[in-house]
Amino acid sequence: MSLELVASDIAKKYDSGQVLQECSFSFRECGLYVLMGPNGSGKSTFLRISALLEEPDRGDVRFYRNGSQVEKDISIRRRITLLLPKIGVFNATVFWNAAYGLKIRGLQRDEIQERVGKALDFVGLGSKKYQKALTLSSGETQRLGIARALAIEPEIFFLDEPTASIDHKNTAIVEDILLKLKKAKKTIIIMTTHDMAQAERLADTMLIMQNGKLVTQSA
Amino acid sequence: MNSIIEGFLKAFSLILTLDRELVGIIILSLQVSGTALLIASLIGIPAGTITGLMKFPGRGFIIMLSNTFMGLPPVVVGLFVYLILSRSGPLGFMGLLYTPSAMIVAQIILALPIVTSLCHSAIVNIDPIMGQAAATLGATPYQKALAIVREARHGIFSGIIAGLGRVMAEVGAILIVGGNIAGYTRVMTTTIALETDKGNFELALALGIILLIISLLINMVLYVFQKKGAQRRP
Repeated sequence: MSLELVASDIAKKYDSGQVLQECSFSFRECGLYVLMGPNGSGKSTFLRISALLEEPDRGDVRFYRNGSQVEKDISIRRRITLLLPKIGVFNATVFWNAAYGLKIRGLQRDEIQERVGKALDFVGLGSKKYQKALTLSSGETQRLGIARALAIEPEIFFLDEPTASIDHKNTAIVEDILLKLKKAKKTIIIMTTHDMAQAERLADTMLIMQNGKLVTQSA
Repeated sequence: MNSIIEGFLKAFSLILTLDRELVGIIILSLQVSGTALLIASLIGIPAGTITGLMKFPGRGFIIMLSNTFMGLPPVVVGLFVYLILSRSGPLGFMGLLYTPSAMIVAQIILALPIVTSLCHSAIVNIDPIMGQAAATLGATPYQKALAIVREARHGIFSGIIAGLGRVMAEVGAILIVGGNIAGYTRVMTTTIALETDKGNFELALALGIILLIISLLINMVLYVFQKKGAQRRP
């Protein structure tokens, strides 16, 4: 029923050098996968390719439902989302930002109200609905990014260093949100971090990225 | 000194009594400049957006051309449009010379580079992360472009207002192609020039005051949009 992601032999090279080589992994079960690795090891590139934001030089990203491969068309693109390290806040209210993904899907106003309300409450921003999003703190902005993603109810949710630029208090809040999400068992969550302790607190499955290869995995 | 004060008093009287000639000139000015600006915006905003978002052959040339034409002297534009629309010109058969349409054409040429250039700048100044954010949330390429245009809206409006300022204050081009015909192609700036020559300062001053008020309003709107646009966090 749920969407599965299979990355096979992904390779990617930039002008600066080879970033990914022969990266393969199957994300089949709902849960929280943590990609660990030092800066520049290719974690973000792997995420961007898996989230269909970039094309690999070699290899393939495939999606399956009920054992059958599905086309990587707009309907699949709308079942996955990536939280970028800098989320990109629209110059509008918190509500408008969180509702963006639903508006572009043409959802009815009532449904948008309900889903955005739920998502904002989930990340603790329910009371800031009508505040200008650009006036939020860094931690709140990150939580808005999560709410904006959750509102579209993704089946695969990628998060690229979601706590890299926020303080301890907000990191704890974001981790708590991710743990609640993981507990709901409805989503494949794939996040990157270079904080080993955080990976241990959150991960169902831990993947290590080193020199562009997925070298180790541990449960 | 007394004649200046007297001129001002008569000018205010013309404004307060809504003098028919004065009102007619103001309405024609707004119609000509408004139409020119509308058409310039309808062409300039998509042109600025496309050059801001897409890479294609000739893009650099279009950007360079619109930047260069931002400072076009109005009399040169007037001369160019005159030559095109005059009886012996390529479009002379249309009979547009000395009509409000000719004035609109001249003002479109003046406003278009400003609207295009400032719209382009507004678009390219938007952080590329905004387009990526829209894409991660499932936006199609068209929806992604719309999201960027929405983010650049304050800068785009500033471009439109700057274009309005340019055409409202312009006299050289419309004097040449409009002919300053009373009740037909006589607008605020050309009337000021003519009435000053004639020594009839009341109407010139009254129109000068109205132009200043319009200019003040344009700048107030521009200030508000620039302030709103500057709220974006770096």
